[in-house]
Amino acid sequence: MLRQVEGSKAIADTVAACRPEVICAYPISPQTHIVEGLSAIVKAGKLTNCEFINVESEFAAMSVAIGASAAGARAYTATASQGLLYMVEAVYNASGLGLPIVMTVANRAIGGPINIWNDHSDSMSQRDSGWIQMYAETNQEAADLHVQAFAIAERLSLPIMVCMDGFILTHAYEQIDVPNQEDVDKYLPPFTPRQVLDPADPVSIGAMVGPEAFTEVKYMSHMKNIQALSVIPQEAAKFAQVFNRDSGGLIRPYKMDSARNVVIALGSVLGTIKDVVDEMINDGYSIGVLGLTTFRPFPFDAVRDALVNAHNVFVVEKAFQLGVGGIVTENVRTSLRGTATHDQTLIAGLGGRPITKQSLRAYFEAAVEGRVAELTFLDLDQELADSELAKEMSRP
Amino acid sequence: MTTTPIKFYQVGSFAVGNRLLSQDDRSIQSDPDRTNALTSGHRACQGCGEALGARYALDAAMRACNDQLIAVNATGCLEVFSTPYPESSWRIPWLHSLFGNAPAVATGVAAAMKAKGRTDVRVVGQGGDGATVDIGFGALSGMFERNDDVLYICYDNEAYMNTGIQRSGATPPAARTATTQAVGDAPGNVFGQGKNLPRIAMAHEIPYVATATVADLRDLEAKVTKAMSFRGARYIHVLVPCPLGWGSASCDTLKIARLATQSALFPVFEAEKGEVTSSTPIRKLVEVEEYLKLQVRYAHLFSPTRNDAVINQLQAIANKNIARYNLMPQNAEN
Repeated sequence: MLRQVEGSKAIADTVAACRPEVICAYPISPQTHIVEGLSAIVKAGKLTNCEFINVESEFAAMSVAIGASAAGARAYTATASQGLLYMVEAVYNASGLGLPIVMTVANRAIGGPINIWNDHSDSMSQRDSGWIQMYAETNQEAADLHVQAFAIAERLSLPIMVCMDGFILTHAYEQIDVPNQEDVDKYLPPFTPRQVLDPADPVSIGAMVGPEAFTEVKYMSHMKNIQALSVIPQEAAKFAQVFNRDSGGLIRPYKMDSARNVVIALGSVLGTIKDVVDEMINDGYSIGVLGLTTFRPFPFDAVRDALVNAHNVFVVEKAFQLGVGGIVTENVRTSLRGTATHDQTLIAGLGGRPITKQSLRAYFEAAVEGRVAELTFLDLDQELADSELAKEMSRP
Repeated sequence: MTTTPIKFYQVGSFAVGNRLLSQDDRSIQSDPDRTNALTSGHRACQGCGEALGARYALDAAMRACNDQLIAVNATGCLEVFSTPYPESSWRIPWLHSLFGNAPAVATGVAAAMKAKGRTDVRVVGQGGDGATVDIGFGALSGMFERNDDVLYICYDNEAYMNTGIQRSGATPPAARTATTQAVGDAPGNVFGQGKNLPRIAMAHEIPYVATATVADLRDLEAKVTKAMSFRGARYIHVLVPCPLGWGSASCDTLKIARLATQSALFPVFEAEKGEVTSSTPIRKLVEVEEYLKLQVRYAHLFSPTRNDAVINQLQAIANKNIARYNLMPQNAEN
């Protein structure tokens, strides 16, 4: 049933329907409304057999989730930006221990300078953490991905970040078909942990592993990550059967049939991009869109197959590697190794700067004509930046 | 023919064995069916106070909850020497996550048990002084403040021993560590720093706080047993001499722990809801010097020249403990 609801509220209701047993919450914008919603649901007694814990930091939030998950409980938390960085040590530990924790990342920039608005710097910084990462294009997809995330995580015994754009999605009111309890129960089986802390069958979890076995442990983790590339589409298909809608999966091609130019992006900006691309197709351009729903593990084969007819790809990214360039681009380029397809990177929307149709269209038109540099910053005040840089360069 | 009368040990003396005690009063360790949290074969140093303290503490905790115990361990010596993969000395479910998060991980385990209705399963968090006083302090304070149902035990050997004997917030003044070298005008760790974690724990007004040492293992067992009779956050701070880090003889671990209490440098007491409820009287008061002399970490106080000024400062700390915790009630009555 469609409801006019805030994105965060829809996520709170969806997560509650997944029957988590331990939720840990620490406030950081723009994730706060999600845990506030869950707090109300638990306090009102609408979610039973669940402990809601107000922790003292994000590091504690992830640590509580680790303890709960190792003890066999379905564990959930949400964070963003500095909060994600503050818990990083525990983020890596959760994946190293193979604990199927689900965490919402309400994507936000990383300081300094401090900035509370949206981009992807936070979750992109954790791309090598061993967590599965999925990015929601809409609030509907964000809600649906959370349901799938528990299933994927628990099948693989790996943690998942569900990334949704801060403010743009978390604080947007729109019509959402929030997954109901009956359907979620039909889709999501109870959590059966691989290994659990149980006095009846004691195990030691988190032993010290030396050089003689560390490589094997890490190799197995890598292969388990790769396995997600088959589990994720399976879960999307299973979800479609129960919920009668298409959500999740690895990639989302849009009007790509024989398109010479393809825009690649992830998250909510795909909506704006699709509007621009629709207009450009009307005007005779050969252009399509490839949305990446799954970023970690990176779906190299699916991306290569989808881009088989593309001559140029333009990767729109809300984060980048300082001193290097695009992050997503590098992964796309690996997919395209051995092909003649060219790639260009557009860094856009940093720290919440609006990504307008007008600016995107101007860039895409130039890019189609081969008039863009390999790395472009959308709507950059080049004059201002150059004059400040000149001052900096002139220092002795 | 002469006969030698049988000499019984007296109940209540330090020398007592278990023979005259009723079964219930005997040390858990003397019971053939004893619980066995930390079993043999681990890689602790000879004379390790922490291995001894952890075994007695966790065996008592197991006994108190009918073996329904889960332990969470911070990174440190105890974690490293007990679980070199693929081996483990733990006979209880045991989880190690990180250095600074053991109290929060323990909270998570306890929350899981509560959510599953397994209130019979109890949770112990444990770590050394670095994990407890320094890097994990925020998590510990959070666990205390929420009154989570966790017993946290700190095995305090007064420095970061696992990384090679560096100063922690629990390192006592004047002690030499690898980062408070015995050089300069004020050799060793400086005065006027450090945290008294039992008192900080008390300030959270949690149900139970206690200190203990490996010199009095029956007292440690009794305090763990008592701690397990409470629900909510509980804290036990156990002094565990480290032969490697303190520069003491392996055979002197218990002797040094006893001298720490008998010199009043380490007060042994209990507190409930923020108030001290009992303290263990000093049987035979000794000068702090007796305690210091057995440890190389204090050698610079005695050689090449005796540093009376510093020794007196340490004696003043001990004297303050006597007054603060009423460690010499026999004197107070006079």
